[in-house]
Amino acid sequence: MNITRVLIANRGEIAVRINQACRKLGLATVQVHSSADADSLAVRLADHAVEIGPPPAAKSYLNIAAIIDAARASGADAVHPGYGFLAENGEFADAVTAAGLAFIGPSGDAIRLLGDKVAARQVAANAGVPTVPGSTARLTDVDAGLGLAARIGYPVMIKAAAGGGGRGIRVVADAEEFARQFPQASAEALAAFGDGGLYVEKMIARARHVEVQVLGDGQRWIHCFERECSLQRRRQKVWEEAPALCLTAEVRAAMCTAAVKLAAQVKYSGAGTVEFLYDEASGEFYFIEVNTRIQVEHPVTEMITGLDLVAEMIRVAGGERLSIEQDDVEIRGHAIECRINAENPAKNFLPQPGTVSALQVPVADDVRFDTMLFEGYKVPPFYDSLLGKLIVHGDSRAACLARLREVLTLLRIEGLATTIPLHTALAADPQVAAGEFDTRFLERWLAGRSL
Amino acid sequence: MSIERVLSPLPGTFYRRPAPDQPPFKADGADVAVGDVLGLVEVMKNFQEVTAEVAGRGIRFLVEDGEAIDAEQVLAELEV
Repeated sequence: MNITRVLIANRGEIAVRINQACRKLGLATVQVHSSADADSLAVRLADHAVEIGPPPAAKSYLNIAAIIDAARASGADAVHPGYGFLAENGEFADAVTAAGLAFIGPSGDAIRLLGDKVAARQVAANAGVPTVPGSTARLTDVDAGLGLAARIGYPVMIKAAAGGGGRGIRVVADAEEFARQFPQASAEALAAFGDGGLYVEKMIARARHVEVQVLGDGQRWIHCFERECSLQRRRQKVWEEAPALCLTAEVRAAMCTAAVKLAAQVKYSGAGTVEFLYDEASGEFYFIEVNTRIQVEHPVTEMITGLDLVAEMIRVAGGERLSIEQDDVEIRGHAIECRINAENPAKNFLPQPGTVSALQVPVADDVRFDTMLFEGYKVPPFYDSLLGKLIVHGDSRAACLARLREVLTLLRIEGLATTIPLHTALAADPQVAAGEFDTRFLERWLAGRSL
Repeated sequence: MSIERVLSPLPGTFYRRPAPDQPPFKADGADVAVGDVLGLVEVMKNFQEVTAEVAGRGIRFLVEDGEAIDAEQVLAELEV
């Protein structure tokens, strides 16, 4: 492998995770950090640390020039971007490569192509991967919209072309409502986004979020099965599982094959995730987007397959071929990950930075806790609220849930409010135990109770 | 007449504007009514409004837009 020293361009638990993968591969590490993270676990674990700016991410973890300078000065020959920050920034990938370093991820071109929603949808269509039925371009007028909606079938969503993050969406049940809502939606989009352009998509009423992990080396592509991440709050995943029990063996095979085809279509290199909406009622799945990075929830895949996804992406970036064949990847049992955030579930998930006064982490072969916490650590307020990820494995989903209930009582983080009570309640819920949920389940569930 | 201090309820980053391309919630020297928004504190990607608990005149900000702050840090002073 032509990599010896990896610069970790991230922070928190994922920086710790990348450091661990580098150690396993015998690579030296350079940790860049903001002034707020000088005392972090990631900095303590690294061979070498470089401060790259003040606390705001825009001036540190998003500062491409400072990170490239740190890489040069420290003799790093590769950069791992983690997730978030610059992980899906094509210009960053290009800058790393231009500096003569290996970017641990796909090319800048692949990141840009797959990061553009319309272009990615086209890539999926070209690879024969089903996309959510809807517009291929902006609607010119209400009649064009009515015609399209009739073809794809009601209910449909009228979406603002310039919207995003769930804003600018109206759900309409029939043609009459469509005709009434269309001009209002256009006026509202113009007022909210300065652009009245609209498009239409089929509404999938009870969608589940299922995503396929793929690995590629630019010449060969494999999948590592799927994860289900339907339990979300404000479109943020809070609980993930592998495999997705809602899939039949046939649907699983079709979805995983589709994801591999999509990766092959762009000659993907590294670890990536192809996200789908799964309509349980019809058994159909639809491409949503590709995440061109390691994901927060990658450990559930590692727990059921025994693979080290982070090590694999580093090896590929170092010029090696994938170390495994598709037939080597098998599902063994079930895994669940709970995201432990510094948020107070009793106060509408208000973020609560603070100092960890005591920490007790269960240690066992079927338990993993990916975290940057240590006793005495002061959680800074400048970044996201993720403190750690508790991952539990079981031979079956029922066994995994039973073990999770037990392990949640053994994990203690004192000194600040966390989302452990949320997970304790979810793990005890009969509907969760039955696997009966969709992407809207958690918000409905939260509306009816106090934690 | 006395000086009332406005404290930040949380640690984080203080913003005087609703968005970078918009004017500040309150210009220096402006008068303030109870409930007026004085700024935002970003804590872990969440934005919390800082509102005036008392009415006053001539608000003077002690923290720059985009500056890192601690909980209980004085953000501004006004005459009451």
